[in-house]
Amino acid sequence: MQDEPTPIELTKAVADFLRNDITPLISGHQAFKLRVAINILDLVTRQLTQEEASDAREVERLRALLGMDGSVTELNRALAERIAKGEVDLATPGLAEHLWATTMDKLAVDQPNYASYKRELGRGG
Amino acid sequence: MIEAELSRSVQRWCPGATGVSGAARLSGGASQETWRFDIVHPGGPIGAILRRSPKGYGAAPTRAAGLTAEAQLMQLAFEAGVPSPRVMHVLTPDEELGTGFIMQRVEGETIARKILRDDEFAAARPLLARQIGGVLAGLHRLPLDQLPELRSRSATQEIDEFERDYRSLNWPKPVFELTLRWLRDHDPGPSTETTLVHGDFRNGNLIIGAEGVRAVLDWELAHLGDPMEDLGWVCVNSWRFGEIDKPVGGFGSREELFAGYEAAGRKVDPARVKFWEVMGTLRWGIMCGGMMQRFREGPDHSMERAMIGRRASETEIDLLRLLAPRGS
Repeated sequence: MQDEPTPIELTKAVADFLRNDITPLISGHQAFKLRVAINILDLVTRQLTQEEASDAREVERLRALLGMDGSVTELNRALAERIAKGEVDLATPGLAEHLWATTMDKLAVDQPNYASYKRELGRGG
Repeated sequence: MIEAELSRSVQRWCPGATGVSGAARLSGGASQETWRFDIVHPGGPIGAILRRSPKGYGAAPTRAAGLTAEAQLMQLAFEAGVPSPRVMHVLTPDEELGTGFIMQRVEGETIARKILRDDEFAAARPLLARQIGGVLAGLHRLPLDQLPELRSRSATQEIDEFERDYRSLNWPKPVFELTLRWLRDHDPGPSTETTLVHGDFRNGNLIIGAEGVRAVLDWELAHLGDPMEDLGWVCVNSWRFGEIDKPVGGFGSREELFAGYEAAGRKVDPARVKFWEVMGTLRWGIMCGGMMQRFREGPDHSMERAMIGRRASETEIDLLRLLAPRGS
């Protein structure tokens, strides 16, 4: 077991430092690059916070959908193959719900300000 | 340094020109550059743009039409009254500027978010969806026998190509798989007519002024194909920049786009437009994957490229909204 602060706390501390202390000092193209850097750290913080629970839910749905066990990567590969073969499609019970839930969890990490995501979140997540 | 070569060039083909000033690099990667500069002229400065591949970067990427074809297309469009910069000069090898061309600089805005939010464009915004319909109709009417040699792609070939690109990423994405199946099931077959297709006609590649569209830029993905492809691509959600209820570039409705297109004497096939919108959304998603791959393996190890890789999920939610919409 590693010591604390946790990666989430450390990453957030660096992002806050760059945002609050460095941003006012920088302009032009470097300011743009700095904004990208801060966005990356914020994304990493969101992923560290959310990934474990969302992956667990995703694996549970995939097991039920596919009737098999495996890691989240293996199960995604299996689902991709079955869709490609036409064995699973939108008429398959649970597929649309699974893809929606998985995609919403991805957007919550990648781009929580994306307008399509905010609209769908308003429909109840 | 580039000013010396440009000065020699403009004095050869622009009567009265004595040199150039203010050359500044605008954008582009290693293989393609865009520069702005002014031609020094007794009648006053003439704004100009250089698009070029520097020496040693002659070969165009497979999908690109090439800069020489791009120059020909822009000139044809200009002559046909499609808003386009006038091409002033096509580079020759002895000028030592690489391959490419010099065009008239059109003033205006290309940054999509500014066009969608700034007061300066408030009067133009409600007109743009319809205007874009008219511009596309003009573009699709350019005479085939005058076009440079261009690649020709059917919908079926495009699906094959995107599938190959996607599989090469080794990146299992169930939503992309579902989309590829949907595209195969809804492939509309060969188009009844083949026209010039711009290939990247969208908010971001248009110069907009207070009165509307001033110029269509970035013809490098031009090809021959189904004209409905351009109407679908301009509606892809990624080019609405947050204005998701205004499908045409965040400006207006499909109905306005179609009305502008048909008022200019051409027919719309809405089912084909929808097909190409789905295709276009997947296309941008796979391109995001390509950015991730180039970040990981290639020379461009920039943070920006890395972050574009994480935008593929935006296209996944947009594909679900198109193919498996939830009740409102």
